[in-house]
Amino acid sequence: MTKAIEIRDLHKSFGDLEVLRGIDFEVEVGEVVCVIGPSGSGKSTLLRCVNRLEEPTSGTILIEGEDITDPDTDTDDVRRRIGMVFQRFNLFNHMTVLDNVMIAQRKVLGRSKSEAEKIGMENLERVGVAEKADQFPRRLSGGQQQRVAMARALSMDPDMMLFDEATSALDPELVGEVLGVMRSLAEEGMTMLVVTHEIGFAKGVADRVVFMDDGVVIEDGPPSKVLVDPDHARTRNFLRMVLEGE
Amino acid sequence: MVLSMFDWWRSLSKRRKVRFWRGASYVLFAVLAVGFVVAVDWGRVGDTMFRADLVADQFPDILLIAAKNTIIYTILGFIGGLLIGLMLALMRLSQSKPFRWVSAIYIDVVRGIPLLVWILLIGLGIPIALGIRVPTTYGPGALALSIVVGAYMAETIRAGIEAVDRGQMEAARSLGMSYSKAMIWIILPQAFRLMIPPLTNEFILLLKDTSLVSAIGVTVTSKELTRWGRDGVIHSANATPLVVAGLVYLLLTIPMTRAVAQLEKKAAQSK
Repeated sequence: MTKAIEIRDLHKSFGDLEVLRGIDFEVEVGEVVCVIGPSGSGKSTLLRCVNRLEEPTSGTILIEGEDITDPDTDTDDVRRRIGMVFQRFNLFNHMTVLDNVMIAQRKVLGRSKSEAEKIGMENLERVGVAEKADQFPRRLSGGQQQRVAMARALSMDPDMMLFDEATSALDPELVGEVLGVMRSLAEEGMTMLVVTHEIGFAKGVADRVVFMDDGVVIEDGPPSKVLVDPDHARTRNFLRMVLEGE
Repeated sequence: MVLSMFDWWRSLSKRRKVRFWRGASYVLFAVLAVGFVVAVDWGRVGDTMFRADLVADQFPDILLIAAKNTIIYTILGFIGGLLIGLMLALMRLSQSKPFRWVSAIYIDVVRGIPLLVWILLIGLGIPIALGIRVPTTYGPGALALSIVVGAYMAETIRAGIEAVDRGQMEAARSLGMSYSKAMIWIILPQAFRLMIPPLTNEFILLLKDTSLVSAIGVTVTSKELTRWGRDGVIHSANATPLVVAGLVYLLLTIPMTRAVAQLEKKAAQSK
């Protein structure tokens, strides 16, 4: 069976700074993989390479078997199949919540207004913010905005979802509602690649946990192994620091 | 005597010194104003610059023809400038080096030459040299205004586009929108919202700059305010028509200036 995501020897440099130094790993269809690691370890850059928001310096990324680093690849079509949720929500501020979840359906998928509205409302209900459909994003709490962002991505019927520290910009009391939606998505069988600091979420939801540091994958395995009994001292140090903070 | 004044001055508190200077400047202004009022021959000024029968003569045509034409030039120049400016701004932000270069050169060249020269070139120079005339009465003036205003607006529009958070473009692209779709549906609507106050300012500047169109040939029905006033002065050997034209400009610009101030205040509050 083709893998959802397959990354081979991925390198990424910003000028002289090499952020990713040879990454290899894969995500199976239906799998939830959490990427953890200290800030500056390159995990966000890795995620952004997967839908080509960052241009990889070298290496290959296969999405459902298709090499997206090939210059002939239609990146718009690849991105359409990959939903992405950002740390800072990035809702379109000049549109209502409903228009936020409809615009790409209309302009990219060419869905009719009524169809886009129906699918948009279904997804807003799915994340529990349907009653905010007519509001503008700035009137919503961070947690609500992030759930709208998820509904916006889900309305495109993506094959997989990327989460870039989706709860890091939220007030602590709002983290739970966003993680809750992510958890139910995982239970529905969505393929998910999640960059996160929420060790508890990784422990409870992930099929696999990847620990990154300094641009390389240090550890890759089931949460019961990586988060409980890691092979490397760096992983243990990181986990100790994170769990002390909690 | 001098010494005691000096001592008196030094004995004053800072606040009283400030008050003294303010009082002194009021007195100075009052003296100048009174001097001006006394020195000027008001009867003569009234006769040569604001003669009632000549004022009456201006209406209603100064509004129906001249002000209307000023507004038409302004709107045509604004729309043309907006289109050219938008194109230049997008070229300036493009990945393609040749586009960026063309845009930068256009902006520098056009802004480096006075608007009047452009108007004369398009309305007078090119028709005489090449026999090519921009069609329609408003054509040459509107084209010259568009070319120049576009170069100025390009920077305003570029700044507006760049002021939209980068995450907006990333979110749009992550949903599969192409660069141009993201620009049209996501970035530009937000950028133009940010640009309303500066663009309104450009509109007011343009409205006044249309007066330079008076330098190229016009027919009786296509005179704008300045040409109207100028021809009126020559015709009547009296300054009244130009004074009235000036007042009509004020009638147009002052409400807009107030509106910009309001818009800017609102924009500052919503931040």
